[in-house]
Parts: sequence; C-alpha cells; structure tokens
Amino acid sequence: MSREQKNIFQNIDWIITGLFLLLVLLGWLNIYAAVYNDDHNNILDISQKYGKQMMWIAGALIIAIVVLIFDANFFTAFPYPIYIASVLSLIAVIFFGTEVSGSKSWFRFGDFGLQPAEFGKFAVCLALAKYMSAMNTRVEHFQTKVIAFSIVLFPALLIVLQKEAGTALVYTTFIFVLFREGFSGNILLGGFFTTLLLLSALLVNKTVLVILLALIAAVISFAIWVSSRNRKKAKRVIWAVFALLIIASGAVLGVDRAFSKMKPHQKTRINVFLGKEVSKDMKKKAGYNVNQSLIAIGSGGFSGKGFLQGTQTKYNFVPEQSTDFIFCTVGEEWGFLGSAFILFLFLALILRILFIAERQRSSFSRIYGYGVASILFFHVTVNVGMTIGLAPVIGIPLPFFSYGGSSLWAFTILLFIFIKLDSNRLLILR
Amino acid sequence: MTSQFSDRKYVIIVIFSAIILIFLTRLFYIQLIDDQYKLTARNQAFRYMVDYPARGNVFDRKGKRLVYNQAAYDLIVIPRQVKKLDTAEFCKVLSIDRKIFLKRMEKAILPPNSSRKPSIFEKEISIEHSSILQEKLYKFPGFFLQPRTLRKYPEPIAPHLLGYVGEVSEKITDTSSYYMDGDYIGISGLEKAYEKVLRGIKGTHIEVVDVHNRPQGSYMNGMYDTAAVAGKDIVCTIDAKLQAYGEKLMLNKIGSVVAIEPSTGEILAFISSPGYDPNLMVGSALPKNYKILQQDTLKPLFNRALMASYPPGSIFKLINSLVGLQEGTLTPENLYPCRGGYPIMGGKPKCHAHSSPRDLVGAISTSCNSYFCYVFRGIIDAKKFGTTKKGYEVWRNHVLTFGLGKPLGSDLPYELRGNVPSIEYYMKKFFGKNDFKSSTIVSLSIGQGELGILPLQMANVMCIIANRGFYYIPHTIKSIDGKSIDQLGFRKKQITTINPKHYEIVVEGMAKVVESGTAAMQKIDSVPYCGKTGTAQNPHGKDHSVFVAFAPKENPKIAISVVVENAGFGSQFAAPVASLMMELYTTDTIKRPEVEKRMFEMDLIHKIQPIKKQ
Ligand SMILES: [Zn+2]
Repeated sequence: MSREQKNIFQNIDWIITGLFLLLVLLGWLNIYAAVYNDDHNNILDISQKYGKQMMWIAGALIIAIVVLIFDANFFTAFPYPIYIASVLSLIAVIFFGTEVSGSKSWFRFGDFGLQPAEFGKFAVCLALAKYMSAMNTRVEHFQTKVIAFSIVLFPALLIVLQKEAGTALVYTTFIFVLFREGFSGNILLGGFFTTLLLLSALLVNKTVLVILLALIAAVISFAIWVSSRNRKKAKRVIWAVFALLIIASGAVLGVDRAFSKMKPHQKTRINVFLGKEVSKDMKKKAGYNVNQSLIAIGSGGFSGKGFLQGTQTKYNFVPEQSTDFIFCTVGEEWGFLGSAFILFLFLALILRILFIAERQRSSFSRIYGYGVASILFFHVTVNVGMTIGLAPVIGIPLPFFSYGGSSLWAFTILLFIFIKLDSNRLLILR
Repeated sequence: MTSQFSDRKYVIIVIFSAIILIFLTRLFYIQLIDDQYKLTARNQAFRYMVDYPARGNVFDRKGKRLVYNQAAYDLIVIPRQVKKLDTAEFCKVLSIDRKIFLKRMEKAILPPNSSRKPSIFEKEISIEHSSILQEKLYKFPGFFLQPRTLRKYPEPIAPHLLGYVGEVSEKITDTSSYYMDGDYIGISGLEKAYEKVLRGIKGTHIEVVDVHNRPQGSYMNGMYDTAAVAGKDIVCTIDAKLQAYGEKLMLNKIGSVVAIEPSTGEILAFISSPGYDPNLMVGSALPKNYKILQQDTLKPLFNRALMASYPPGSIFKLINSLVGLQEGTLTPENLYPCRGGYPIMGGKPKCHAHSSPRDLVGAISTSCNSYFCYVFRGIIDAKKFGTTKKGYEVWRNHVLTFGLGKPLGSDLPYELRGNVPSIEYYMKKFFGKNDFKSSTIVSLSIGQGELGILPLQMANVMCIIANRGFYYIPHTIKSIDGKSIDQLGFRKKQITTINPKHYEIVVEGMAKVVESGTAAMQKIDSVPYCGKTGTAQNPHGKDHSVFVAFAPKENPKIAISVVVENAGFGSQFAAPVASLMMELYTTDTIKRPEVEKRMFEMDLIHKIQPIKKQ
C-alpha cells in the first residue's frame, strides 16, 4: 500500500456511495412526480423544481469529487477554522440574510439561496470529532463536558436566533455521539426526559408545571432523607435534586418564553401536534398539513398509485410536498413497499456508517462518523415522523431527498468527508 | 482508550432500528389497515361525474313520435368556489329572493352535500333562460350549467299509457345500486314498464381536481371511466290518430276506452278520461302539478282502463251463452220466456219490453235479462254436476279462461285483477253451512253482483269472441330499438275452454245487436260489426254506460270496450264512442258527422258538477 493515493476513488466505500447515489436519484424522481404536470415535463426545465434539483445534484456530485480530492489531513487539521468560519456565517446571516417567511437564515443570490445553518452541521461534526479525539481530552472531566456541549450548542443558539428552531433542534442529536464516546448513559435518558419536559412545558400551564416539579423534588428529597443512613451523602443528593428543580423550572419558563417568541405558524404547528386548543382557524391550517400528509400516504395502499399517478401530492393537496413533505409522494405513489424500501435504504446507510465508523483506527474518524449517522438519523426520524403524524411539524428536510440545494450539498459534504476519512484509514497509523 | 465504550454502539443501533421499526408499523397501519385515508383521498381529488344518457324516444305504431327529450340545464354550484358574489344581481338573474338563495346555499353545503362537491342549485332552466344566464355566469364563480334532458310530449295524448318520469324516491335509492339521489326514473305507464330499456345506462367519468377544485383532466386516462349507453327507442302499439280521436270523443266524460287488435293483442287506443296533458308531469313542475291533479275530484291520475273494476252488466251475457253452449245446457234454439222479468223468481231481475219468448240470438240482440237467468241457472244447476256448488265451479273455471278475475299480464304497470267470486267467498257471504243456491247468485246471469271486470279485460273478451276462442295478452310494445318483441311472451295464443264452433252463434247475436238490437242506431256504413251494450250497476249514482264491440264482423281489425260513467244505458253514450272509433280505424273517415258532433259536444261532467258545487 503506497502512502500516496493514485486514484481518488481508491478505497472509498462503495456501499455508502451507492446508497447515496440511489437516494439522490429516488429523491429527484419523487420531486419530479410531486411537481410534474403536463405543461412542464422537460426534466431540465430550470423554471421547475426538478430542473433546479438536477442542477443541485450535479453540483453535489462535483462537491463530492472535490471533497475526495482534498487531502484527508485537511479535514483532520482544520476543523476549528472551519467551525469558526461556519459560526461567522451563521452570525452574518442574522444581519445580512434575506428574510424568507419569517426566518432570517438565507443568503440569496438571485434565484438561488444558501442556508448557512445546513453547513453548520458538518462543521460541528468536525469540531466535535477534533475536540473529543484530542489526546488530552478526558471524558470524565467536567470541563470536557462543558466544552463538548458548547461546541454543539453555540451554533444551535445562533440558528434559534435566525428563527429556525426546527433546524436548531437537529443539534440535540449529538447526544448519541457523546454517549458513544463515554458520556454517562444518563445523557440518553436526559435527552429523553428533556424532550418530554419540553413537550409538557408546551402542553401544561407553566406555573402548574413548576409547582408540580417542586412537589416531586420535595417528595424525592423527603424519601432520600428518611431512607438514607448517610445523612451527609443524602444532603448532597438533595442539593442536587433542588439544583435540578431550578434548572428544570428555568427550562420550563424558558421554553414558554421561547415559544411565545416563535413565529405564529411554528406555534400552531407545535400546538396542533400537542393537541392543545388553538383557535379553530389556525388549527385547521396547521393540522391540515399533517392530515393531508396522512391522507396522501395512507391512500397509497400496499403498492401505491404508481409513478406520476399520485393525486394528493400532484394536485397540491399536500403543502410543501417537494421539500419537507417529499415523503408523501413516496407513500402515495409507491405505497407501503416504496415507503418501507426508502426507510430501509436510510437505515442501511446509517448502519453502514456506524459499522464503518467502528472500524476506524482513528477516534477522530469514528466520532465524525457517529456525528454523520446521528444527523442523518435525526433528519429521517423527524421528517418522516411528521409526515406520518409521529413527530411535530418541524421544517427540516429529508436527507438527499428533499428539494433544495443547501441541504443536499451540506449532506453531501458531510457524508463525503466521512467517505474520504474512511478511504484513508489504512494510511493513518495508530 | 475508547474501546471500553464500544459496546455502546449496540445501544445506538437498537435505538435507530427500533424507531425505523415503529415507523414501518405506523406505515403498515395507515397504508394497509386504515381505509379512511383512501376514502378521503378519493373524496378530495376525485369528482365522480355522471354522464346521463339520452332517454329513448317513444313512437306510435305508425312511426309518429309521442315522446322525446328536450334539452334543459341544471345550475350547479360548488359552494367553496363561490367568491365575491353579487347576491342581489345573482338573485335578480334567477328571479329568486335572498331568502331562497341563502336556503339553497345552505342546502348545498350541509350533508349529504358539501362545500367541495357540486350540487344542483336550480333545476331545469329552459334553453332560452339558460342562454341569458350563460352570458352572466362569468360574474358568478362557483356556478355552472350542466345539460339535462326533459321529457317532451309533442301531442298531449295518452298520459296514462305513456306514464311519466320523475325523480327517484328515497326508497329506490336505498335499495338500488344504480339509482342515485336526483336521478330520474319512469314512475308509471310505458316509462315505468320499459324503464330499463328507455333509460339506457349511466356512464361515469372520474375527473381529478386539484386542491383548488380545478379540473385536472381524467384519472388514469379514463381507465376507470364507463361510457354512457343511450336509451333505446321503442315503438308502441298505439295508433296516435285513433287515440287522439278517442280522447276527443271522451272529452267531458268520465270513463275509459280500450281498443285492441284481436289478431295480435296490440293495444290500439288506451284512454282513461278525464286525462291530463302529459307535459304537466315533467321535471321540476311535476310535484306541483301532481298535487293539483291528485286533488282533482275527477281523479285524472286514476287509470280507469286498468284500475277501475266494474260489474260488466249485459256484456257478460255473452260469456254465459258461451259457457252454456259448451256445457250443452244451452242450445241456440232454446226458447225462454220473459214477462218483463225473470218469471221463476217473481219477475226479478226485471227486463224491458220486448217480444217473448226468444231464442239465443234474439235474446242477445234484445239483451233479455230473463233469458240469461235461465241460461246461467241452467248451467250451474245442471244435473250432470251433481251439486250446484260443483256446477258453479265448472262455470267459474270457464269464465276464468276469458282472462277475467286475474291480471291479464299486460306490460302496463299497476294492472288490477277484477273479480270473479270464488265458491269460498259465496259460502262465507251467503250460504254458511246451507246448500249453495243458484237463485241467490242469479245476478251473475246478467253481469251484476260481485263481478268486477276491468275495461282492459272487457276489450280482451271482445278479442276472444272476434277470434272465436283465443286471445293474445294485450300489450303496448311493438318493437324495441327496431327489434321485434317475440321473446316477451305476447306471441303465445291464450285459448279459452269454449269450443270455437260455439262462438259463431254468439257473433251472430252480436251482429244482430247492431243490425236491429240495442245498438241499431250506431251502424257503420259498409262495415258490419258486432257489439253488445251493457249497463254497469253503480251503487253510488247513475249507472255506467258500457259498450263492447269488434269490427268488422269477419276478419276483425279492432276490438273495443267503452265505459262512460254515470251515463245510463250503453246504447246512448258508450256505443256512439265505440262505433265512431271503429269507423275511423276501419275506414279512416267518419261518415256520421252529426253523431260525432253530438259526442264531441256532450258534456256529462259539468252536468254533474254543478250539482256538487252548489
Ligand atoms: Zn227480457
């Protein structure tokens, strides 16, 4: 094995690459189906979404090759500059971005736009991998935890400021990475309960919730105090319980405030998901999306209505059908078979990434791989989940599938950096 | 360094796989188990558009058009699409007021309609009116015109025979898989009898619409569409000229006329008077006009020819003669006395003045009541039967073969059966455990008492005598879509239990009725015919005038029964109507204008009416 790669395609994982190409192709076909009508059916018609997507795909392939051409050391050497550049672009877009339906997260160039938040993900992935794999990083240290969380949460905060709360939520997926790298298993439980708490904070009156939490804390403390023989240790635990109570209350109130600052359409979407009473008009509109999505998918039946035969998606019954709700087209036109197939493709891709991550000699590559898998997983779960009514309607794209250049390119970069790292694994000693 | 945590990958793999599995379960449920999404999708994206085929036309036996379709338009509304409507102007164009407008819009929105679905806002707008509307329609988004056909009757004749078409009832839509709310269906007459032939088969096409309810073309290139099949034309047996003439003669008289071609059973004229203009019973005007006609004391909707059961009176003497001849209890030479009535039972039933005794031909021509009491009792009391009861049964069985006491089975709906009383009926009513006595039921001799015969049956009896012993089931259909109706069962000869040879003497008697008997005033030049007058008892008022006949005597072309209610003797009213109609049919001219004029002008209704009104 020579130290220099002769061919950029040498050693790359063809399973991942194949799955990537298949998903991109299927995604395009479904965008074509969603937008298709008899007047415009030239696949390169730039005025239509599928025409544009064709260009995005071409761009993505070029990007993939460029990533493969880069020296793998570039990605291991410069995560922090990339991270800083990404953070700067996230800040810049707050000031210089174009406002699109209430959110300020886009740089517009004529007809096309770029969304820095999409590119933040791989930057965070790289930075986290870099930090966690550093020789002097010790998971047990409190400092490590603070820094790791900060790397993840800082961009998320900036994205919230762009009023893209949905995209910001993606960053919670890094708990899987941290868990894998040795953070306490409580982080998953914590993630689970945080989700529960956030949802209940939206559902229940905040004062009631805070009182309820206080009561629970008091009961737990009392139980510990009574049952514990070691009074000193018990005292510490009780302090911890109350510290948690304060944090939880703060979170509840924070959620409530953040929620009240949300854009109206987001607010209703979340309220509808939670089944909370909202004005009928708004409910109709927000619940309408999910309902139409369910109708489209449900009407697909076992084998679907056939390519270009979807009625619900084609005739605009489903909103945002080529972006956030692209999975409806799959469900309607390809039925259960098609939907299951696509989910299997995603699962296969994610598991393959995990498998490959585990075989890396360098922990940098492994951590990065886990980051990629987690991000993909979060996107698939939330995106597909909302179309079938199992997750709140948060406007995040289905990787490689949804219409849009930024997300496609960002996912391509994310994935191909990993492919590049993997193809180099034998060259890296240790 | 990190290998100590490498087992954690399994936790992650399990979580990831579990969530995908949950999703698959959910997809399985909504795509394969729960049907509601499929139904909703269809309701949202599909418009099942019904294509109504043109209903078949009806022609008379000579090819004259009796019923056809007239184009009209329904105004359809899709409430969701109604935007910025100038209600005042809209109401003005349709000449309705705001209240009605709101009521109809409400109806169009509430179930079973919905604001997404098209529903009828106003029915049957005439072509003239619709063209005015069409011009202004662009101002009223959400409204459009849909063509619809209405029945049209170029000659306002034969309403009871043709029947009418109306909106299908809920009872039918609930049980039928074909009819849907708002569909039209034949409700009576030929329209009902030949509904399936005339209506054709509705087609449907699925139109796909987008979220704004804009049509997007057909679904799957019309793979699931079905083409409408046009209704077939039918030719009926009616002679429109004869029918119209008969109706004119029956104007201002209550009663019925049925004329049949004896050699085929084809009904030539079918009149129930008073009638009505069939054009009244069309489309949206139907319910209103139906109510008016229904409340009319003269019952114009009542189909007397099929549904009025009369005691036949003297015409029944013909049947008694035939049964007597067949059973050998009567010979044409038998002479029976008459002394102003039936002498055996103290002069009852009574008779009118005539020479006595008489033979069979003489008795028929003078319609002697006494003579036929002898004949009838002679049959049922005949020693060969042992008992009178047995004799009655034999007599009754003969009578039934004349198509009496049961529905004839014509193709017209709602045909009644008439009545030839059964032994059980009489035992219960009169005799109990006592012996069956012919004297008790002697009124059957002269066609009175419990007998009930429909005008159609009377005409059919004339066919039997004209044919000397058989008939074809009377019917009104001649051909369907140019094809003959052999398979419908109207070609089968129905034979009576009377030997054909016995008919001649009865025919002779009936010829005498016209030559010198009770109908002598109604001879037709050059056409010798046979007839019999009758007077049907009417317990509610003046007796009904009845006349039955066939013409010509040899090779008869037409058999006819005429009933004129509350008119008295058959010779006075029923006979002229029958003879004029036979004259027209056999000679194509009327050479007795004075009789015709008298009948046209005769008004029996308003002679009766003023008494009722005051
Ligand atoms: Zn007499």
